[in-house]
Amino acid sequence: MSGMTHKLSAARLNRLFLAGELSAVEIAESALSRIAQVEPAVGAFLHVAEEHVIERAKKLDARRKAGDTELGPLAGVPIAVKDNICTCGMPTTCASRILEGYVSPYDATVVERLRASGAMIIGKANMDEFAMGSSGETSAFHVTRNPWDLERVPGGSSSGSAAAVAAGEVPLALGTDTGGSIRQPAAFTGIVGLKPTYGYVSRYGVVAFASSLDQVGPMGRDVEDVARLFEVIAGPDRRDATNAGRTPPALKFGGDPSLTGLRIGVPKEFFGEGIDAGVKARLQEAIAQLAALGAEVEECSLPATEYALHAYYVLALAEASSNLARFDGVRFGYRAAQSGGLNDMYSKTRAEGFGSEVKRRIMLGTYVLSAGHYDAYYRKAQQVRTLVIRDFARAFERYDAVVTPTTPFTAWRIGEKINDPVSMYLGDICTIPVNLAGLPAISVPCGFADGLPVGMQLIGKHFADAQLLQMAWAYQKVTKHHEARPALTEEGGR
Amino acid sequence: MAITREDVKHVARLARLSLTEEEIQAFTEQLSRILEHVACMNRLDVTDVPPTYHAVALQHVLREDKPQPSLERETVLALAPEAEAGCYKVPKITEG
Amino acid sequence: MSTRWETVIGLEVHVELSTETKVWCSCKNEFGAEPNTNVCPVCLALPGSLPVLNVKAVEYTIRAGLALNCQIRRHSKFDRKNYFYADLPAGYQISQYDLPLCYDGYVDITKKDGTTRRIRIQRIHLETDAGKLLHAGDDVTAANYSLVDLNRAGVPLIEIVTEPDLRSAEEAGLFLEKLRSILKYSGVSDVKMEEGSMRCDVNLSVRPAGSSEFGVRTELKNVNSFSAVMRGIEYEEKRHIRTLEEGGQLEQETRSWRDAQGISVLLRSKEDAEDYRYFPEPDLPPLEVSEEEIERIRATLPELPDALMQRLMAEYGLSAYDASVIVAEREYAQWFLHAVELAGADQAKAVANWQINELYRVMNEKGLGPDQIPVTPEQLVGMLKLIDKGTITGKIAKTVFDKMVETGKDAETIVKEEGLTQVADEGELLAIAREVVAANPKVFEDWKAGKQSAAQWFVGQIMKRTRGRANPQLALKLVTQALEEHARK
Repeated sequence: MSGMTHKLSAARLNRLFLAGELSAVEIAESALSRIAQVEPAVGAFLHVAEEHVIERAKKLDARRKAGDTELGPLAGVPIAVKDNICTCGMPTTCASRILEGYVSPYDATVVERLRASGAMIIGKANMDEFAMGSSGETSAFHVTRNPWDLERVPGGSSSGSAAAVAAGEVPLALGTDTGGSIRQPAAFTGIVGLKPTYGYVSRYGVVAFASSLDQVGPMGRDVEDVARLFEVIAGPDRRDATNAGRTPPALKFGGDPSLTGLRIGVPKEFFGEGIDAGVKARLQEAIAQLAALGAEVEECSLPATEYALHAYYVLALAEASSNLARFDGVRFGYRAAQSGGLNDMYSKTRAEGFGSEVKRRIMLGTYVLSAGHYDAYYRKAQQVRTLVIRDFARAFERYDAVVTPTTPFTAWRIGEKINDPVSMYLGDICTIPVNLAGLPAISVPCGFADGLPVGMQLIGKHFADAQLLQMAWAYQKVTKHHEARPALTEEGGR
Repeated sequence: MAITREDVKHVARLARLSLTEEEIQAFTEQLSRILEHVACMNRLDVTDVPPTYHAVALQHVLREDKPQPSLERETVLALAPEAEAGCYKVPKITEG
Repeated sequence: MSTRWETVIGLEVHVELSTETKVWCSCKNEFGAEPNTNVCPVCLALPGSLPVLNVKAVEYTIRAGLALNCQIRRHSKFDRKNYFYADLPAGYQISQYDLPLCYDGYVDITKKDGTTRRIRIQRIHLETDAGKLLHAGDDVTAANYSLVDLNRAGVPLIEIVTEPDLRSAEEAGLFLEKLRSILKYSGVSDVKMEEGSMRCDVNLSVRPAGSSEFGVRTELKNVNSFSAVMRGIEYEEKRHIRTLEEGGQLEQETRSWRDAQGISVLLRSKEDAEDYRYFPEPDLPPLEVSEEEIERIRATLPELPDALMQRLMAEYGLSAYDASVIVAEREYAQWFLHAVELAGADQAKAVANWQINELYRVMNEKGLGPDQIPVTPEQLVGMLKLIDKGTITGKIAKTVFDKMVETGKDAETIVKEEGLTQVADEGELLAIAREVVAANPKVFEDWKAGKQSAAQWFVGQIMKRTRGRANPQLALKLVTQALEEHARK
């Protein structure tokens, strides 16, 4: 079976498992063999939990045989979990030396929910260190490669999650998104990635980068699979005070795909000079497709967009500089060998344990909060944030969704931008405003430019994730971009 | 607004990051460039615009004052780089 | 010409709230547990953990604010205070910076000379306690390493900041006593400085009397008892005045009080002051408190010491001093009120007498605290009844009292068992008086010669013979009678 199951969707795997046609062990072994085959090239995983997943699979098979009716919508499905999400029994490193070998004594809420649904966590996915990056290149351990072109980045920071799905190693993965870290790699690797509304999915057990911006989200090859994972992870959690305590409505896909009655805004600020010609072309086609499905499509304006990037970097890095203060060599993780006393131990531990991008961001974040700079940077950024939120609020008075490119360009070559942080940051201009406003957004594959995947981003109102998924589903019903597979898979091509 | 070497050293101290000479140099340049870029925000008129701390309006949900089981000390200290007598062990603390 | 100086003092008092659980997690809030046994991912600041606010911590903060005459803020928020220290797991403390839950309150103190002063409270906010450090050798600077116990990390603290309204060590001491008493009454903390549930930092400066400008300020830390606070203030004001009078320069600095040596030493200069980089806590939504909530909490406050003291004076005729001693601890006030309820309002002064003179003496001797009162109101009232009935003398009552403390038995039982019933039988006493007089001719001669103390001596003998149970007035009357009889012989 090892050649086959990696081509099946999560929905199909779950159906076959529950029907007794495929055992969990078969599914697990098949996934492991696919991983073994592909990993030397792709490097999506930091940890593959072979023993754990086989044990888990055996238990699931026993439960199914015994007629257990509690087996959920992800029972029998192998899933990759981004390595900044806490999992008992396997490491959580955030792709950092400072957490090398760290095993969390508790599960993140989303992991508890995965386990309860019968999912099989097959391993921890590589990422940019502490989610700080847009390419996967800041991982302290190795660089994950884009399955579409192994010389190129898969995007970041959920680099491993995206690559693992795109390479057919797993049908579903969990990523996190602070400024685009689910959507951008989804766009670069030709898969679907959803950043839920802020507060829909619990952050308990998710290692914080920027607390007011982070959200966990599903990544998969098609909208139905992504929706399935979304329904499992979303919902109330009293252990997270920023959780909204809301359960999304049950999602049902079917019938004729139609966007009739919906009005979609196309903000002109997202189609300006900084956007690649190829990306623009694919987006025009996709927008035409949305119109063909019955949506009323209209140009609109989100004037504060130009400043969103600046506000984001101030806010995200300020919060991050504080969130990462707990990595100090005292209670867990790496501690540097030294003889100079406590402060010396702190400074050496953090200097040796953190990579340079993380250090750069901590420095900047600390600076903008420091005495005399708070008003000019931090407070100002929060004011700009208000303007971004107002822009979207105004747009959503008229529109049901807003459509933009997910990224201004396609995946670049590994090493091309790593020494130019500003250039790297500019790649986030389409995704960042969404996090500032806490809105839901989904990236769906909408074609190729120069042989590389392009993503379309749909942005919705707060807690309208279900509607977004329906819109994306309709689009996928009439297009085939999401069915393309990289040459890495036996069938190859687009 | 340019950031000086002294600023960088001061910030590194606040953040407990020990930097090499090359890093101080590199960070001074990079942070300056990023801050210049970020200073674009000053073009926007934000008078009378209130800051937003939480993008999604949330109700503060409070927790009942009832004890729940704590972690086992063994589990906790197993994670520690250095422990002694049931406590975390840290190097000599010098004031300031 | 020497200047008259005025000392200007403000206090920052940290008080641990006596909630069941910590402020951000459900670990037990418990003093004295084995190190690191009340810890969890949240208070350990493990990666991925998040704070969730304890409703009781908010309630207790508001109670404290109401008891201290504060305004309660309807809309407040939390902020992060960022710094690195071994007892601070997250590298930041969740606190309140610009929108504290309570503000603009006051405490009235009465000085020895009878004058009262109002000490304003600028703010009260909710924050988080850090863990405990144990240094080899008890001195942070001498130890080669330190041990960290995080049981206390996450315990809710309120920080109470006064305006710089205090003017002397005496006032500071009075303020702290009053503050402690009010907080104890409102049930939000056990306020034990010796256990660290109440801590105080002093901010002090001096200026020429009559000036309205503030002088250079010293922050004094590590004052671990009310008397240490007073000693520290006295030392610092002398140091400030001496420096200024010698034409020296004072620096704004933080100093540490060394009680054993009676001096303060430099801890941090202004340049080394930490930059806390406060910013709003992103993991917690803002806190809204409704008017109904505030009133509901106000209604749960007990009668507070000032009001209670006035009532004891008005209803029971106690002196200001007696009333103030009784209300000093809530347990004492409750004990008193219960005893008076049982004995009747007319016995109030007697109860107060026994409580202040005998009960507190015994408790002092035995080192007992207000939650360890060794005699019940029922016991005391029972004893008062026996005195009233004449069953025992006032003097014997003291013995009975001590026995009640020792054995826990009631007065009646003790009197029976120990045979302490007052001897008031005139016949019996007269017989003893005659015997004693006859047996002591020399003293009799003294009495005949006019020595009044001789009569008392005979009374003393009667008391000895009756083991103190004789009614003293009756004994004197009968001794006098016996002596006169004997003289006539």
